[in-house]
Parts: sequence; C-alpha cells; structure tokens
Amino acid sequence: MSMFNKGEELLKLCNEKNKKISDIVIEKELNDTGVSYDELMNKMKETLDVMNNSATSALNKEIISVSRLTGGDSKKVEAYKNMDNTLSGRLINSAMAKALSTSEVNASMGKIVACPTAGASGILPSAVLTAKERLNLTDEDVIKGLFTAAGVGEIVAKNATISGAEGGCQAECGVASAMAAAAVVEMSGGTPEACLNAASFSLINIMGLVCDPIAGLVEYPCALRNASGVVNALISADLALAGVNSLVPFDEVVDAMYKVGKLLPESLRETAMGGLASTPTGEELKRRIL
Amino acid sequence: MKDYRVFDILGPVMIGPSSSHTAGAARLGKIAKEIAGGNFYKAIFYLHGSFAKTYKGHGTDRALVAGILGMEPSDENIKDSFNIAKNQGIDIEFVETDLGYEHPNTVKIVFKYIDNEDFYVIGSSIGGGSIIITNINGTKLKFSGDYPTLLSKYIDTKGTISRISSILSTNDINIATMKVTRESNIASMVVEADTEISDFILNEISKLEEVIYIKGINPIKG
Repeated sequence: MSMFNKGEELLKLCNEKNKKISDIVIEKELNDTGVSYDELMNKMKETLDVMNNSATSALNKEIISVSRLTGGDSKKVEAYKNMDNTLSGRLINSAMAKALSTSEVNASMGKIVACPTAGASGILPSAVLTAKERLNLTDEDVIKGLFTAAGVGEIVAKNATISGAEGGCQAECGVASAMAAAAVVEMSGGTPEACLNAASFSLINIMGLVCDPIAGLVEYPCALRNASGVVNALISADLALAGVNSLVPFDEVVDAMYKVGKLLPESLRETAMGGLASTPTGEELKRRIL
Repeated sequence: MKDYRVFDILGPVMIGPSSSHTAGAARLGKIAKEIAGGNFYKAIFYLHGSFAKTYKGHGTDRALVAGILGMEPSDENIKDSFNIAKNQGIDIEFVETDLGYEHPNTVKIVFKYIDNEDFYVIGSSIGGGSIIITNINGTKLKFSGDYPTLLSKYIDTKGTISRISSILSTNDINIATMKVTRESNIASMVVEADTEISDFILNEISKLEEVIYIKGINPIKG
C-alpha cells in the first residue's frame, strides 16, 4: 500500500514522524519492494554514478548528436564559466554546462538516467552535483536528495503527467526542475515544506511551456531547456530557503499544470508540428536531417 | 491510480536520446530475437509511423539492431551495433512502410534463416521504454515482456489449459495473467508469470501431445 499520493500527505508523514522527505520515500520504497536498505542504497549509488558521468563528460570534450544538429555547447559554457566577468557567475554557468552535458550525451546515444524522462535528463544530475560542490556535501547527501526528487516525481506522475506528449515540456523539464528544487532544498537543510514550496515555484515559473522539438528529435530546444531548467530549480530552491511561501499549495500547482497541459493543442505536445519545430528554419532542418 | 516506484521516476538507465524511440526499440529487438531464436543471417525491419519518420535521428535503427544482437537498452555498444552486426555476418535492411492500424512506434522484424522459413515479430514501443508484442508469425497476441512469459500453441483439446497450469503450479510458478485465443483448431496461449519459467518446465509442457509450439521469454532489464 502506498503511504502517500499527494504532497499534503507526504508533508503530514514528515511532520508526524519528524523526518525528511527522503526518509519517507525510502521507507515507502522498502515497504513496496521488499528489497533491503543496502540494496536500495547501492542501486541509487549506481544511478548517481551514471548521472555523474553524463553530467561531466561533455564539459571538456565536444560531443555531437547522432543527427549532427546539435552539440559542443556544454564545452563552450564550461570554458566561459572560468572567465571572471560572466553575468550570472560561476555557479549558474557551471550548472548550465552540466545540464547541457547530459543532454548532449543523451543526443549522441550515450548512457543517461531518464529523470523523469530522457528529454529532461540533464536537470536533476546538474542540480544535485552543483549543490554538492557548493555545500561540500558527500555522495550520501546527494543520494538522499535523489530520493526526495523521486518522491516529488512520483506525486506528479500519479496525479498529473510526466510525458511531453500529454502535458508539454512543463511536464518533462518542469517536473525535472521541481524534483531537483526539492532535492537541493533538502540537501541545503531546508524543511519538507520548503522542499515542496521550491517544487511549486519551479512548476509555476514555466507553467504552459510547450514541447516543440525540431524534427521531433530530443535536441533543440530540449538541451537549452535543460540548461534553463536547472537554473529554474536553483533559484526556486533559494526562494524557498529564503522563506518565500507558495500561496497555492503544491498539490494544486500540480493539478493546474496538468490542466494546462490538457489545454495545449496537440501541435505543441511533442508532435513537432508547432512552435520552434514549425518555424521556417525548423522545417528546413527537418528536411535536411530526415 | 497507477503506483510509481523510485526507479520508475529515476530511470531507466538507458542509451539516449529517446526512451520510446531508442530504449524501447532496443527492447523490441531483443525480445523479437528471443522469440525467433538465433542463427538468422538477415533481419529486415519494417518501420511504421513515427519510427519510419524519425528513426535515423533517434538512433532507432541502431537500437533495433543492437536488440537483435542481444544487447540491453543500457548497453553502450548500441551506437556501434551496425559494425557489430557486420562483423557477425548479419545482414540488415530497413524499409519504411505502412503497417495499417498500428501504434505510431511500430516495427515488424523479419528474421531470415538458411535452413528455416522466415520468422516475424511485430511490436510497438508505447512510451517510457515500455513495449508490447502484438503479432508473432501471424498469431495476434499482446504481452509486454515485463514478466517472464510463456508462449504456446496447441491443437485445441479439452483440458489443455488445466494441464499446462497444473505443470506451472506443481513447479511453484504463479500465473499473473493468461490469455487464450483460437484460430480454426489451433489455440495460442500467453502466460505471464511472477517468477522465471525454467527450461525444465518448458520441457514438461512440450511433452503434452497437443502442444506444437512452446517458448519461454525472460524479462529484459532496463
């Protein structure tokens, strides 16, 4: 039996037991699957290893996509990060480079963790690794954060959608940012309430974002939206850690995101028939690639 | 409300770029190969719908070939599957086609053998790396490959279902789902079980007089 289906139920459990979101998610997973605590932690460690690789392997090496449409941007941003006079500073640029890295690895048929999907796979690894560096945390802290992220993702998947074909990019990159925001709030020592506030902000910030990939490929604008997605997660986390409260509770934000997704025309839900995909340039690139 | 687990959200670990067009394609290829059996010298992939339109950019072609070579969806050699097939002397062909009223991500894989007739499997990648197999050599059916699966064909005879299920229960196999269909006097049965179905059990079932085909398929990781 599932212990929580909604954000409110998750918060109630955290408060009753005086535990973090990650503790409750781990408890639920042990209950549901019957695996041992060590097995569960080892599996998450393996997942983190794949994330680590994908988030760093394009930083210093140009990785080009199978279609040859995109690639090499992670390396550019990583090099740019090291200049002293960047507008948004080292941390933000480093986070963007890491998110682009996973997206580029994905588009070149490298190994990634879909979180919650392959198209949005750059956001969560970059967010937790950036927080780990910034806060001098251990792998164990990061692993806990990943369980918090999974808990948030489970709630959205159950009550709304994590599919771009159903809900647009807000359901993929938006949800990835929400998961990441909650994770890094917990890793920063924030309360469970702050975790869900941060997740809410991430979804609110990009509500309505359409899925319009050129030629239907998981490349452009996907990689860019992974870069902006991790920044969305980090600033959402900071807002929540500063004490900003989400007026609309998380569960209602998730409902709103789902309803907005349903209202999006099919042309803006992963069909490559609208948005950037249907621009003259998008159409021309599609003819050239396919 | 479908329940989700941690690694449904943080997973699968897969080769990109698309869970449906790449990871699902590799799974389809691998299950098709397990159903058809080895030693084919050529495989022809008839691609339908979105598979036909976007297979090159998504690496669907390389993933399908990797699958029929036995690779899992997380195998980093998927990228090089064309070369690996070539080195193994396996000929590959892709045909863009219209398979009719099928899911947009559907493929028909035809295996060619030197001393056997062609064998084909049709399946669809239905999202998030999940798949369904819908047709084996003209026999329509439906299974996901998520469970250990037993496929069998037999001359329709009273009591066959109970004879097969009793062999399973004697060997401590719990049946999760069972579907039986019939065309003329040939019945097809798909059983999804909770635990792996061993060669011993397959052998026991194949001893039944009316059984003309039996195959066990184990789930694919990732």
